Amino acid sequence: MPESSAFAPQYASIPHRDHTAELGMWVFIATEVLLFGGLILAYLVYRHAFPQGFAEASRHTEIVIGTANTAVLLTSSFLVAWAVEIFSPDTARITTWLLMGAACLGLAFIALKGVEYSREYGEHLVPGIDFQFAGPRGNSIQLFFIFYFVATAVHALHMLIGIGLLIALAMICRKAPTTRHHTALHSAALYWHFVDVVWIFLFALIYLPGRSSS
Amino acid sequence: MTQWRPPLSLIGAWLVLLALLALTVTLAYVPLGAGNAIVAMSIGTIKAGIVAAIFMELRHRSGLTLVFAGAGLFWLGILLWLGLMDFLTRT
Repeated sequence: MPESSAFAPQYASIPHRDHTAELGMWVFIATEVLLFGGLILAYLVYRHAFPQGFAEASRHTEIVIGTANTAVLLTSSFLVAWAVEIFSPDTARITTWLLMGAACLGLAFIALKGVEYSREYGEHLVPGIDFQFAGPRGNSIQLFFIFYFVATAVHALHMLIGIGLLIALAMICRKAPTTRHHTALHSAALYWHFVDVVWIFLFALIYLPGRSSS
Repeated sequence: MTQWRPPLSLIGAWLVLLALLALTVTLAYVPLGAGNAIVAMSIGTIKAGIVAAIFMELRHRSGLTLVFAGAGLFWLGILLWLGLMDFLTRT
């Protein structure tokens, strides 16, 4: 397709098209902020009601895996930002490799999450399936783990969608990338970075509380 | 042959983010009482700000884009503010 017809008739120019796409992504991200915001509101209400139970529950999460996963996700965001920055027909090969690298890091995140889930299952910490916790704070610890599994599972679903987008864009950008592909990549990158930001807050709420006391 | 190299700002942002991650995990083990939660959320907010400003390129944007990007935060503020007010002020 020649570049002159790269934008639909409702747009005045290519920058106009790109700006519209960017604004649309931010509206979508605002809806996602409220989706995760509702979860975090519920978490804060119960943490306020049961501060010691939440601190104790947090100490049972796998902070080594959580920290490694945060580093993995920050690095994959860096690779995607790098790919957006250097995108051009001359750099199609390296852009493809960067996107595949970011997608592989995303898969590594999911794999580590799987290890974490299986350990928690082994420790009988999965509400609704197998939850046993001896001690006076069992109920509030169960509340924490309900939040933990719902929030991380919804986040992991977003990760899987993002990984699919990155792989699809890597395939498309391999050959003769155009400005339309750059716009698509930029939109997908905004989504990927947003998923990264959600994890930054989930990490602080899930893994860090209660570490300084025992 | 330098067109594939990442800009220094991206490398810098990535390294600062990893350093902040190390810092927040270290500080989580230092007994600060109620300060631990404040430190964890403050560092998280700084990290999110770096991702938004540099990776999401908001520092190069102006006007309408910033309004659209800020709208989510605005509504989140209302959600948390009105949602928590009752629970935080109960005696």
